[in-house]
Amino acid sequence: MSTELAIRLRGIVKRYGPITAVNGLDLDVPEGTCVGLLGPNGAGKSTTMRLLTAQAIADEGELEVLGYRLPEESKPARAQCGVTPQIDNLDVTLTVEQNLLVFAHLYRIARHERRAAIERALEMANLVDRRDSRVDKLSGGMRRRLLIARALVHRPRLVLLDEPTVGLDPQVRQELWALIDSLRAQGTTILMSTHYIEEAQRLADTVMIMSHGSAVASGAPAELVVEHAGREAIEVYGSPAKLAEAERDARAAGFQTRRTGTSISVLGVDGADGRAPEGERRAANLEDVFVLLTGEEIE
Amino acid sequence: MATRSVARKVTLGRLERPAITGVLVREVVNFSSYWRSATFSSTVEPTVYLLAFGFGFGSLVSTIGGYDYVDFVGTGVVATAVLFSSAFPAMFGTFVKYQFQRTYDAILAAPVDTEELVTAEALWIATRAGVYGNVPMIVAIFFGLEPSWGMLLVPFIAWIAGFGWACFGIAIAGYAKSIENFSYVISAVLTPLFLVAGTFFPIEGLPEWAQVLAQFNPLYHCVELVRNAVFGLEGWEDLVSLGVLIAWGLFLWRVAIHAMQRKLVN
Repeated sequence: MSTELAIRLRGIVKRYGPITAVNGLDLDVPEGTCVGLLGPNGAGKSTTMRLLTAQAIADEGELEVLGYRLPEESKPARAQCGVTPQIDNLDVTLTVEQNLLVFAHLYRIARHERRAAIERALEMANLVDRRDSRVDKLSGGMRRRLLIARALVHRPRLVLLDEPTVGLDPQVRQELWALIDSLRAQGTTILMSTHYIEEAQRLADTVMIMSHGSAVASGAPAELVVEHAGREAIEVYGSPAKLAEAERDARAAGFQTRRTGTSISVLGVDGADGRAPEGERRAANLEDVFVLLTGEEIE
Repeated sequence: MATRSVARKVTLGRLERPAITGVLVREVVNFSSYWRSATFSSTVEPTVYLLAFGFGFGSLVSTIGGYDYVDFVGTGVVATAVLFSSAFPAMFGTFVKYQFQRTYDAILAAPVDTEELVTAEALWIATRAGVYGNVPMIVAIFFGLEPSWGMLLVPFIAWIAGFGWACFGIAIAGYAKSIENFSYVISAVLTPLFLVAGTFFPIEGLPEWAQVLAQFNPLYHCVELVRNAVFGLEGWEDLVSLGVLIAWGLFLWRVAIHAMQRKLVN
């Protein structure tokens, strides 16, 4: 079987002075899939995104986007990519429609197709009724939808979403998830960075967990959970002293644990009834894997 | 599982028209939301200069360097208007779009390169300067400046000078670490250049070293060129002034691209 890769990174290193933001990263994004880059702040996700549009230039390694070698051939690659940045950079004194019009030009949509492309983007973002509103009059959720619609106006083959729902209410977030999911259903390739675990779990076919600039694990969310955290976990609640004790005991019994703040999660307890501590049983999840692999300490 | 990359090649060159047009469209659409304030300040500012200097100095001196004072200032202030409508918007606008609005991040994620972005921004600012630069001259006509055919050349001169100043402003914004750094440039570079350009008084009255330095001042060449276009061209001298403006503009165009490339792609 041969799979076409929309993105292919090999051994990417990117340094900023003494800081190595990306450190030997390999990444494959097959066409038609949604890949989630999951990692804590500072793991190198945003730098990776900037490398893909040649707004950052790698110090080492090979990058290919839609078959084009970067950075030399980035321009034709960018023509077929749509990018939603983490920081909103809409033109706030312009209307919704004017923002889309500008990008219809920047993405070189032919004159006779421009009108239809803008209408389609307005419909996808559910902003048809707000077409004449100035951006600074829109709610946070509408602005985000517009930011995504702006990246879709030219029907890109590949969409790069950098933290698409950061800082939004749960209601608004699920609205955006529906939008991203519909994009996925249409067969658009998506690379999405996020530090929201649920977002990666729901939207991504494959998740790559990044830490300190390199990949620490990758695979389908469910497989990653089973592989790294087992099927079930037990939550032990209690006083800090009791939690510390439970942590010690569980480790002594050979279990992996993680702190959640209010409890200790003892991982990989499936089929270990005798040795397992008392507590609430639950299914293991991606968050368990995330914390196991990226560390408990905040840096 | 064999993997291979998608290969559907299109090559795109440098300084492409669609890319430049795209950036210009953004500016034009944005202009529709702030043209009133821009036009107001570009019209009122030179009028204030004309009134203040024209009536203030004009009451003391009636002719200067062989010109009526209002004629002298009315043509000289064209260069000031060009400077104000190009260098300043270029410095502040570029910095704001880069640092605060992050507009350039969005544009460079599209098929637009830094070279095209800077070129388009400079073309746009030059065009505004080419239009607004004429305002003082038109105002001066109401104060007694005699219309002449040579005035039709002024928009072109203003455009060329405006392009250079736009590139100057973009380059400064590209090299500046913070927006506060602009004060150094305004106080140490723009203000002296502005005062020894022969706008309000002829440079012949200055010490010789200042007169020599003025030859390197693009603003001086702009003043000379505008004045001579209006009152009668002087041949070689004007060609030299034109040459200086063009060479200076082209040089700063490349400098601006270099500065922004460093800032935007890293």
